[in-house]
Amino acid sequence: MAEAFKKSLNLHGVACPLNFVKTKLALEELAAGELLEVILDEGDAMLNVPRSVKEEGHKIVKVTPEGETFKVLIEKGV
Amino acid sequence: MSLTESQIERYSRHIILKDVGGAGQQKILDSKVLIIGAGGLGAPAALYLAAAGVGTIGIVDADNVDLSNLQRQIIHFTPDVNQPKVESARQKMAELNPDVKVITYQTRVYSENISEMIKDYDFIIDGTDNFPTKFLINDACVLAGKPFSHGGILRFNGQTLTYSPGHACYRCIFPEPPPKGAVPTCSQAGILGAVAGMLGTIQAAEALRCIIGKGKLLTDRLLTFNALDMDFRTINIRKNPNCAICGANPSITELVDYEPPACDLKR
Repeated sequence: MAEAFKKSLNLHGVACPLNFVKTKLALEELAAGELLEVILDEGDAMLNVPRSVKEEGHKIVKVTPEGETFKVLIEKGV
Repeated sequence: MSLTESQIERYSRHIILKDVGGAGQQKILDSKVLIIGAGGLGAPAALYLAAAGVGTIGIVDADNVDLSNLQRQIIHFTPDVNQPKVESARQKMAELNPDVKVITYQTRVYSENISEMIKDYDFIIDGTDNFPTKFLINDACVLAGKPFSHGGILRFNGQTLTYSPGHACYRCIFPEPPPKGAVPTCSQAGILGAVAGMLGTIQAAEALRCIIGKGKLLTDRLLTFNALDMDFRTINIRKNPNCAICGANPSITELVDYEPPACDLKR
């Protein structure tokens, strides 16, 4: 059931905008179409990071709640 | 790519930008910019480029800090009066950002030393206050195929253009220095300090965009502004096929020194 992600990044406890900066840097290391999993806190992180990721042309593939955090699967855009 | 944790935090507002990102920031860290003149234009340019993380910044100036400089040359502070400008500038850049390697040249630029000085740099900023040096920088950069930012300020006015190989140069639109005394210097005519900051900051932004390779530089355009009425204009300019330095049959094939303006001799 789990999609094969290339890299996983635990950003639990990492505040905005550094969580997005780290997500962005990790995405830069991937090829288009590859998947990145990030763990984000609920609240500001979940409100902002997925939106910024989409604005840069990437795709949110899946969001799975896990307690106070969310597992977000991102597909790198071209 | 190998940004450290503290670099990721320091440059986070750059990295967030779609046109910069980690790759663009790495280009900035790997870049080398030479600033000629640590005065009204060079001061803000040096501070912004150091803050941005330009890996190597060269700074050229023969003078010492004078009390009358402090109204606009914001890299120099009151305790720096009588100290060499390049040393004062180096200290501030080093304190602002330890990622930056500063190389100081406590000299004027001449036809004999400029080519050697610019050859290792990716971009050159003309922050000088006199026409002979402005023409020398243009000619040296054209001959060496180096991009540079021209900047000039007087009273409430500023003008700037960016030369990039293959595009119009400073001499394409200003073929020769004006006659001696025809244009007053800042020390004679005055300059609003903030105007120096505006123009030097535009020059720093040109250098950074040239380094990251995004957007449209001020090539083939002359930006002028009058800060008294806060009016900005960009004027399209064209490469002059008969330009003495970059034209098809250049008459200038080696560097020459024009006489410095008379009022500079007393320094």
